[in-house]
Amino acid sequence: MLKAIGAKAIDDLFAIIPAEYRLTRDLDVPRQQGESEIVSYFKAAGQKNATDYASFLGAGCYRHYRPVVIDSLVQRGEFLTSYTPYQAEITQGTLQAIFEFQTMIAELTGMDVANASMYDGSTGAAEAVLMAMRVTGRQKAVVASTVHPEYREVLQTYLRYRDLPTAEIGYVPDTGRVDLDALAAAVTDETAAVLVQSPNFFGVIEDIPAIAEIAHKKGALLIVSIAEAVSLGIVRPPVEADIVSMEAQSFGVALSYGGPFCGVIAAKEQYLRQMPGRLAGQTVDGNGNRGFVLTLSTREQHIRREKATSNICTNQALVALMATIFLTVYGKEGIRELAEHNLAKAHYAASALSAGAGVKLLFGASPRFHEFVLQTEESAAQWTQRLLDEKIVGGLDLSRWYPELKNATLWCATEVTARETIDQAAKVLAAAPVEA
Amino acid sequence: MAATVEQIERKILGKVRPHQTQNEGLVFEKSAPGKRGYKLPPLDVPEVDAKAELGAAYREDKAGLPELSEIEIIRHFTRLSTWNYAIDLGMYPLGSCTMKYNPRVNEFVARIEGLAEAHPYRPESLAQGILEVIDLLQRCLIEITGMDTITLQPAAGAHGEFTGILLVRAWHESRGNARRKIIIPDSAHGTNPATAAICGYQVENLKSNPQGGIDLEALERQVDEDTAALMLTNPSTLGVFENEIHKIADILHAKGALLYMDGANMNALVGKVRPGDFGVDVMHLNLHKTFSTPHGGGGPGSGPVACKKFLEPFLPTPVLLKKDGNLHWEYDRPQSVGRVRAFYGNTGMFIRALAYILANGPDGLRQTTEDAVLNANYIRKNLEDLYDLPYKTPSMHEVVFSDKRQAAKGVKTGDIAKRLIDYGFHPYTVSFPLIVHGALMIEPTESESLEELDLFIEAMRSIAKEVEETPELVKSAPHSTRVSRLDEVQAARKPVLRWRPESK
Repeated sequence: MLKAIGAKAIDDLFAIIPAEYRLTRDLDVPRQQGESEIVSYFKAAGQKNATDYASFLGAGCYRHYRPVVIDSLVQRGEFLTSYTPYQAEITQGTLQAIFEFQTMIAELTGMDVANASMYDGSTGAAEAVLMAMRVTGRQKAVVASTVHPEYREVLQTYLRYRDLPTAEIGYVPDTGRVDLDALAAAVTDETAAVLVQSPNFFGVIEDIPAIAEIAHKKGALLIVSIAEAVSLGIVRPPVEADIVSMEAQSFGVALSYGGPFCGVIAAKEQYLRQMPGRLAGQTVDGNGNRGFVLTLSTREQHIRREKATSNICTNQALVALMATIFLTVYGKEGIRELAEHNLAKAHYAASALSAGAGVKLLFGASPRFHEFVLQTEESAAQWTQRLLDEKIVGGLDLSRWYPELKNATLWCATEVTARETIDQAAKVLAAAPVEA
Repeated sequence: MAATVEQIERKILGKVRPHQTQNEGLVFEKSAPGKRGYKLPPLDVPEVDAKAELGAAYREDKAGLPELSEIEIIRHFTRLSTWNYAIDLGMYPLGSCTMKYNPRVNEFVARIEGLAEAHPYRPESLAQGILEVIDLLQRCLIEITGMDTITLQPAAGAHGEFTGILLVRAWHESRGNARRKIIIPDSAHGTNPATAAICGYQVENLKSNPQGGIDLEALERQVDEDTAALMLTNPSTLGVFENEIHKIADILHAKGALLYMDGANMNALVGKVRPGDFGVDVMHLNLHKTFSTPHGGGGPGSGPVACKKFLEPFLPTPVLLKKDGNLHWEYDRPQSVGRVRAFYGNTGMFIRALAYILANGPDGLRQTTEDAVLNANYIRKNLEDLYDLPYKTPSMHEVVFSDKRQAAKGVKTGDIAKRLIDYGFHPYTVSFPLIVHGALMIEPTESESLEELDLFIEAMRSIAKEVEETPELVKSAPHSTRVSRLDEVQAARKPVLRWRPESK
């Protein structure tokens, strides 16, 4: 090949690189390894991670059973090793699957349209706020403190250089729900968006109709962030919202230490042209056959450059496909049944775990899905180790984000949480050592 | 002597033959009440009355999801998959996208239970395995780029750009002045100006010189005390290495501006030259390009940002540190730009990228780059007599032709691209970079064998001949696909973005 090109040595092809910058040594990375060595390395890393622990962790990343067909299908090379479907004639598979995903998300959320995906729930929520700003032409946002703390941090990063001040609204201590009076006072004629999460970070379902009324009265848009997508099997969708930003990880996506996940933005039709991200649309070909294309791309960076609605390009397509397959497996009845199981497990877990002396269920009277907050007399650090000794990872300490909630932890039970585990954890929690 | 379309199809297209593909409706159209693809185990706790429990928050209606049996689900998505072209089927020469082979061992190791089932909030003592993977990948990428430090948090290339420019801005601010503008060459990806804009910067265009590179004199005139950074893709989107890169860095640094490198084309550099050595201050990588993680039909990607020491205080939180022999996430970073994503990034992609690095080692990484450049130059040499080469500068990992000669016959780059489909190839990147009128941007990657490259060259040469003899054949391509020339105008004018029951 070198001869065909007219080069003497491979380095002739790199002659344009100034000699002083050329790397004349080997990169200092591990030596080349055989496939069996690579597999051994990662298996050892996996074992070091300890696999035999049961867990009550949720908080924006949820363990649900992943039907086997998901990985069978997404590992087909035609899906796995295909690019963004810009050449519609030879990417109809991906395009139709995106169209089906968009439809399912719209059906679940009660919105008119949904996009092809965002990076995750946190960036999706931030992009939704920017979208509301473009729609309303206003520059302020009101955010509930019950939105996932890391989502709020990402929003602050996105707004850092935007001159878009945000006001944070607290929650009612008894209910764990957004303080509606404070919200009403904070929303003004300058508010572009009200951002809430439901079920919120405490697992409590917000009063969406009431919040929508407050936002809409002042002409602001309501954005509802949904971190636990399975909740939509049984929780009323936020139909009063203008934009829904959802994390679809629960739909068949592995925890994978926090990513890749699958954000998605859904909205009322009239806001379509301000939506970020890719959209698949139905059309016809020269013979009148139905087909699909990426559409409305004049919103996007490869056409609009600095005037685009977002700089997003690569999204989470294959993860969205996982979600699409998951939703097809469960279907209309299954998603309801699955949600009912989650509800029942969490209900049982909340009662069992708060039964012992010294353990209290917070926000107990509010409607919840599958997460709940416990307050213990002991500090979390004290019982955490006792639980770990039993190979159980307990709830998440909330004090790093909510210092006012002393000794409070966030727990999650899903359909895969065994009753045995719950009973065992309850026993450990109740067994606070007698004070000397 | 005009042959019919059919005759030509049968005669010359050696690599492919038409075969049947199944028709398949939308998943919703296959749905029927009562079909099931799942079975939940019996509930081991008491049932609850959901309606009583949730009150007004109870969902009365059920979402309109499809109901199918398992075999129908498998067939549905398998049939859809057969309508896609993929790297696994053949060469995918999309310039700037680096469509290289996605090793299957990557997929296997990313699904190892202890890694795939790790919750991001599990105690760090139970996460040392995955943290070691992340740490090793970070160290490898720092070494490969020649930078000092890195964050893996960004979820894709554009997200990495966003993060990188935030670092630039935070650094300038820490010195008292955020500055006002970012300079971007006219050959840049669209994400660059979009990124600069969302970070609150004005975008100033820099015209390329006649060789398609940075015009040093123009740059010198444009860079001033108001310039925050230059966003540079190197090699450029023309596949050309900026051989005066050190002077570019000097011009910027003299005015206190920074050099940002878009690492989209890093597949031309790994193991041969390091951006950190030639003056780059901050850059992003695309693990889904250079490091073989799959594109998956548009994602997920991963866009780590590597930078020099002086930008380290501004990295997104948390950062991975080693303390008392254990790895842990450090959150106390007062100068940080903040988080750009929940949790720690697209960790599943980190595992795959590290598997790729381990499979290659230092020798393999270098050879990968050499082969990628060799392949591009081989294509260039074998097509330059038939396709116009607007820039004669040496090519690195991709080569950009223009359709100038074919356009004289009324055939555009987009037509040639569609005709390539009939020959069993995915098209190259069409009409980009914008500085080349009617661009054909071809990136073969190192994955292609000589045999596959020759088939591609043969196809391109055959199409050039068709343009001379039967231009209509090319202009009406593709002829072999399920659908052809979809009506994009109608799709945009009357958007149909979801299926609705009434349209059944």
